[in-house]
Amino acid sequence: MTVIDANRMHEIELRYPDYFKRSFRQRFGGLMIVIATLLYGVYATWFFDLPKLLAEAHWERVGLYLSQWVSYDVQPEFRIGDTGITVKYPRFSPLGDNPHPDWVVNNPDGSVSVSVSGESRTVTVSKTEAVVTAHGITVPVELSGGAPKVVGPVPSWMTVYDDNVLADLGFAGDVSISADRVKIRKRFLGWANFVFDTQSPFFDKPAGEVLSLIVSGPELKPGQSNLSLAFDNIWYNSAWQHGDVWTKLFQTIVMAFLGTLLGALAAFPLAFLAARNITPNRLLNQVLKRSFDFLRSVDMLIWALFLTRAFGPGPLAGSGAIFLTETGTLGKLYSEGLENIDNKPREGIKSTGASTMLTHRYGIIPQIVPVFVSQTLYQWESNVRGATIIGAVGAGGIGLKLWESMRTNANWENVAYMVLLILMVVFLFDMASNALRHRLMGTKSH
Amino acid sequence: MTFADPHSQTHRAQQPQQSAHEIGEAWSKMVARRRLYTGLGLLILFVAFVSSVKFADESNAGHFIERLPHLFDFVSWLVPKDWNDVWRALFDIESPNHQTGEEYNFALGRVPVWGSFYIPEYFELMIITINIALVSTIIGVVFAMPLSFLAARNLSPSSPLRIVVKRFMEFLRAFPEIVIAGLFAAILSIGPVAAIIAVSLHTIGALGKLFYEVVENIDMKPDEGMKAVGASWAERVRFAALPQVLPNFMSYALLRLEVNVRASTIIGAVGGGGIGEELKLSISRGFGAKTVALVLLLFITIVVVDQFSAWLRRRLVGEHAFLLQH
Repeated sequence: MTVIDANRMHEIELRYPDYFKRSFRQRFGGLMIVIATLLYGVYATWFFDLPKLLAEAHWERVGLYLSQWVSYDVQPEFRIGDTGITVKYPRFSPLGDNPHPDWVVNNPDGSVSVSVSGESRTVTVSKTEAVVTAHGITVPVELSGGAPKVVGPVPSWMTVYDDNVLADLGFAGDVSISADRVKIRKRFLGWANFVFDTQSPFFDKPAGEVLSLIVSGPELKPGQSNLSLAFDNIWYNSAWQHGDVWTKLFQTIVMAFLGTLLGALAAFPLAFLAARNITPNRLLNQVLKRSFDFLRSVDMLIWALFLTRAFGPGPLAGSGAIFLTETGTLGKLYSEGLENIDNKPREGIKSTGASTMLTHRYGIIPQIVPVFVSQTLYQWESNVRGATIIGAVGAGGIGLKLWESMRTNANWENVAYMVLLILMVVFLFDMASNALRHRLMGTKSH
Repeated sequence: MTFADPHSQTHRAQQPQQSAHEIGEAWSKMVARRRLYTGLGLLILFVAFVSSVKFADESNAGHFIERLPHLFDFVSWLVPKDWNDVWRALFDIESPNHQTGEEYNFALGRVPVWGSFYIPEYFELMIITINIALVSTIIGVVFAMPLSFLAARNLSPSSPLRIVVKRFMEFLRAFPEIVIAGLFAAILSIGPVAAIIAVSLHTIGALGKLFYEVVENIDMKPDEGMKAVGASWAERVRFAALPQVLPNFMSYALLRLEVNVRASTIIGAVGGGGIGEELKLSISRGFGAKTVALVLLLFITIVVVDQFSAWLRRRLVGEHAFLLQH
């Protein structure tokens, strides 16, 4: 290691004063910004009352909702009466109107055994007691005394209330025991009845049988071919509403397309008037540029709210909102693009004595068309993303459907389905518009 | 654009003195083909446009032609009986027009600050909205910065990691914000924090993309210097890349702040709190003066934020024109 003596250090310091004697702002600017950000963080924590909010948060719901994204459950209810045990399934059970699942077994002595998850998690209900086996132990719950009573020590996964006992069996489901009824929730992975709902004649048939029915089976519904019946059953599936979801998704795409295209058409001539190098009228330039700002900053949401009042809810209002915002955005982008063009072709064409129209046509348009098309494509793509939100305030498209399924707090698997569709569409559009853009601009995509 | 016919090219190579006639023919051929493509493209666009209009019109509640005369109904509804009501609404002062309905009853939401001094409810809602935007922009920057260095082609420590990070950011960008807001509204109860999380996640994805594009364009000579003295990856990023990209990062972050002010308004309207929710209620209940007041407040705020960030951006990176990107 080289040792530098004091003289040499001093010499170096004199030679590079910029690096050794920097202003206060240069030396501590970064640190100040970090400190300011941290202070703001403390303020925001207080402002939004984060500690209280986090303490009251229902974190257990995260797992619950996320597991509902990929699973469904069946909830049989066992009623204990004088004559015996009757089983009741909910009205819209995924098992259909006449369920006889093999995981519910009627024993010869009148009791019923339910396997919640294989052999390790079972519930046996008889007239006098319910026996829950889970997590390696068997816990009998006495039912005869008017309220359920756990015999022996209560395990940690069981909660005892006054008139019912709750047993949490993890992802497999849970059991709620009261004196005269036992409710069981059994959870399955997957989306039930995704293709055919319980009303369909094709319900619960294996794929091969459905195929053979469609190809060569007898007409299940007189006067309609099996193929079109199957299609109807899928399209109007009552639980999944494929038809509605796909139509709404298509509405979102159409809204973005119409809004962006109309916005581009309106912004194109206006941008020529707003660009100061093409229209040398300062007042007109400024007026147009400020109105672009206005259109943009009043925002898609407000336009959507207004237009839903004018046209009623639906994609027309959504397209209008996107159109107004896009006129602002594209007007600004186009006019900036026009201000950055190379002026030489214009001068050349002017010098041949061409009219203004011809100068614009041959001097400007060839330069800017690729830029304009690329920006417009980008906006379309980002509007497909954005249109899901304005849909939620009534402007049509899949947003409202998404919001409704979430509000009801029950249909999280439908949310997952729609999210998957939206992601698919967004990625497809990303890829297509990227490819198109790169072909137009003549660059390699990466 | 090259000539389509390969024969003409070999022909030309053999005979340097090509007749003007041949060149003219090839030129007109090319022009004809380009015209055909342009025409076809425009035709497809036109057909798509007409059918989209039809589709949008049919699936809308009211139809375009029949509702067109009513287009300005909402404007007339917006015009208050008394223009002073706009100011009264803004400052929560009771209106003399107030009789029985809620419409002119503005003195509802006063937020006491000190003694009898209060700020009107709307100002507080606006502050909430701005804070949502600010917090989520900061969270976005803090997370997008390290991610962008991992995703940049020239600095990423490993290429599988780079691809994973890039896909992850794309996913964050594309995931519908209302779903995140809805999920967290169910967990944390409806309020601004759900909106913060939704907007932040989107911001991480959007800023991450802009950031790594900046990183990919840096001068690599400082990095080579750092490599030569045996610096680790973190040191290379800190001393070679970060000083070059910070001004641009700041500029994009400020641009994002503008976008986020709008985004937090929108998220607010679907249950995230803030001024968006109030605006939506005001419009759907038909409170003209209140709506005008809120739109005015929102407009002024957005213009102020825009101008401030534009000024700061110019100071940071000079007269650069950055594309407005969502």
